[in-house]
Amino acid sequence: MLLVVEQILNGLQFGLLLFLLAAGLTLVFGIMDLVNLAHGSLYMMGAYFAATFVACTGNFVLGALLALGATLLLGIVLEFTALRHLYGRDHLDHVLATFGLILFFNEAVRLIWGPAGLALPLPPWLSVPVQIVPGIHYPAYRLAIIVVALLVALLLYLGVMRTRIGMLIRAGASNREMIGALGINIKLLYTLVFGLGAALAGLAGLMQAPILTVQIGMGENILILAFVVIVIGGIGSIRGAFIAAVLIGLIDTLGRAFLPNLLRQVLSSAAASTAAPALSSMLIYLLMAIVLVLRPEGLFPATRR
Amino acid sequence: MADPLLRVDRLVRRFGGILATDHVSLDVARGELHAIIGPNGAGKTTLISQLTGHLAPHAGSMFLGGRDITGLPAYRRSTLGLARSFQITSLLSDFTAADNVALAAQAHDGHSFRFWGNARKERGLRETARAALERVGLAGRADVLVSKLSHGEQRELELAVALATKPQLLLLDEPMAGLGVTESARMVKLLSELRKEVTIVLVEHDMEAVFALADRISVLVYGRVIASGPPSEIRQNEEVKRAYLGDQHVVVKHG
Amino acid sequence: MKASLDVRSLVAGLVAAGLLLLPLYSALSGNVFVLTLFTRIVILALAAASLNLIMGYGGMMSFGHAAYLGIGGYAVGMLAQEGVGSGFVQFPVALAASALYALVIGALSLRTRGVYFIMITLAFAQMAYYVASGLARYGGDDGLTIYKRSDFAGLINLSNRVQFYYLCLACLLGTVFLIWRIVNSRFGLVVQGLRSNEPRMQAIGFPAKRYKLVCFVIAGTMCGLAGALLANNTDFVSPAVMYWTRSGDLMVMVILGGMGTLFGPVIGAVVYLLLEELLSQITEYWALIMGPLLLLIVLFGRGGIMGLLGRLNRG
Repeated sequence: MLLVVEQILNGLQFGLLLFLLAAGLTLVFGIMDLVNLAHGSLYMMGAYFAATFVACTGNFVLGALLALGATLLLGIVLEFTALRHLYGRDHLDHVLATFGLILFFNEAVRLIWGPAGLALPLPPWLSVPVQIVPGIHYPAYRLAIIVVALLVALLLYLGVMRTRIGMLIRAGASNREMIGALGINIKLLYTLVFGLGAALAGLAGLMQAPILTVQIGMGENILILAFVVIVIGGIGSIRGAFIAAVLIGLIDTLGRAFLPNLLRQVLSSAAASTAAPALSSMLIYLLMAIVLVLRPEGLFPATRR
Repeated sequence: MADPLLRVDRLVRRFGGILATDHVSLDVARGELHAIIGPNGAGKTTLISQLTGHLAPHAGSMFLGGRDITGLPAYRRSTLGLARSFQITSLLSDFTAADNVALAAQAHDGHSFRFWGNARKERGLRETARAALERVGLAGRADVLVSKLSHGEQRELELAVALATKPQLLLLDEPMAGLGVTESARMVKLLSELRKEVTIVLVEHDMEAVFALADRISVLVYGRVIASGPPSEIRQNEEVKRAYLGDQHVVVKHG
Repeated sequence: MKASLDVRSLVAGLVAAGLLLLPLYSALSGNVFVLTLFTRIVILALAAASLNLIMGYGGMMSFGHAAYLGIGGYAVGMLAQEGVGSGFVQFPVALAASALYALVIGALSLRTRGVYFIMITLAFAQMAYYVASGLARYGGDDGLTIYKRSDFAGLINLSNRVQFYYLCLACLLGTVFLIWRIVNSRFGLVVQGLRSNEPRMQAIGFPAKRYKLVCFVIAGTMCGLAGALLANNTDFVSPAVMYWTRSGDLMVMVILGGMGTLFGPVIGAVVYLLLEELLSQITEYWALIMGPLLLLIVLFGRGGIMGLLGRLNRG
């Protein structure tokens, strides 16, 4: 029972991190129609920045905030110098150009920080287990991730749905010329949106850093999952991304935790050991395949322009 | 009407809250040239798209030669003898005129799961293509890339492509759109020859052409057929006059 | 391929001649490395050519094509591990497995279009990667060593570098020839038409999905062949060969060479891989240059190398 609750929380935590990553991606795609494969690189940079700043300042929270700021800045610079030239072009062009950026970032990181990964140790006050319900303990840090991510999700929702800027963002998605005609600086809007996306990616990266190692190429693995989230949730939809991300986080985590045992009930031990890891990895993609068959536009497609 | 070639029965199509096609019913007899007219936004193209299978109706049914085609996809209707020209020219722009027409012929000449022989050298297809091109007067431009053809030539090519599929029923969506005076006259002459060979449903704004060519006319306003009958009747219909209110002479040229 | 003496055909001919004569150069100069390098180039050119079929001619931007390199390779590797060393069994299995995978993935992926399609093919390839990583019996993450190359019972000895090179080259040229025939056939025209204007093609009577799927399967099968050859070349197969960045490499080769041209992917592969090799010898940080270079190519290099040559032709 304990194990199940723990795994559910782990799944939730993973799902929420995926959401942060996917939200940035879907925002950028939904509003600027830009497919950004280098989003995973921003995730990686968030983690690397965090590891460095925390080591420098000796303070976890301060280091994290600095890393967030640095990633935001990096995103803005990236948009300003390179990515804005891609607006309006074929999606394939986006894919290739940002693919080039991935190579660049991976090499740059190797140049600056070396090929071995970094470690980001947790401060003692975050390493303790917290008693959430009598009898059930959960690591404080993972709890913190869940809380922070939920908070950000809420802020995002309120921000996009209730503020004037959010309205501009949503309107920008449906009618660019109109926004331009209203005298609003659309270039600035796009830059800010991209910056927001970068910050979200960086946040996900730095939060995940103490749990997984900080290493080159960490962005690519999770980027695919983020895309699967978007496909299942529906491109451009924050709500869809949230639901899909949590769903995927839960399925993936619970699947990996319990599928081997489940299989062992049905198959021989040897067969189960071979099949289990492969099958667990496939679960997410099976889900995506099912969604594709039943609803190719995703579960909650945002109203398209 | 005894055995119409095309029967449309209370077709309904919505877009959000708007009823783009409002319980439309009409019959087209074999060999007839039936024109569909109506002000802009009346839902003419929506109707055509449902007839060809590019858009699914929300209610109602369609019959071609007595056969229910309501659920059939576009390519199936084409094999059953329904051909269309597009309102906004839609051709294979990186192919030549001859290629475009030959492909249409190819679609109706058995399957295309042939991987070896050079399709451009298939005599039968090229002959059909040449014949269709000659019919519309484009024989001399056969080997020109579509992107290099004039707008008028492209409209004519659309017609040739439709003809190459040897259709029973030809759905023409504003074939005269964007044509100059001479070109329009040529198109009218072409259509008056074609009507002897194939049943035509013609959506058009050019009233002169419509009244010159049509056997019967249906008038579509806000998705509904408000009148249907021979040109003489339509000309005198009060509702129609109101709907057009002086627009009768205005030939809306697109493009 | 028109029999005119334009620049593009000339360059293609020169490249083909160069590839044919390469072993001679290698023997004369004693440079064995160049032979193994070009064997790899030729195999990947084959993979790129197969991708060009669906991308350049079919308009299907698949970002998961490297999966077939893995499937073909693992077919060879897994059979070798289980004691089946005959190439006459391994290669057909590699082709069949690739075809089956392409059929299933294609049927699912072709329900989407545009960027969705790109992402779905990407995701499925990554799925294949993870599945392979999970196969503990066949090396998992570490990969699978192939101790003996595919045995073709005296017909050809894959362990002989020169023979193996010519086998790969024959497969490449044979595939390019096959693609040439396909592209000009009825089927090929339909596929190209679908790339050009799908609604128009539907309107004249072509069931689009069917044709695209068959094209997808053909391309996948061809790449499976490349996979089987690649595994023999490296005497090794691992999930890494299917990692999504490899699919990206293939796409770059196709676009660099000139999408939708017959010899473009071959030239693209040669240039891309030679560049990679040369740059990596000059500097350890070649990817630093490669990345922005890619960016520039995308932004300014319309039509790739073949396109450039074509403009030279006219000017």
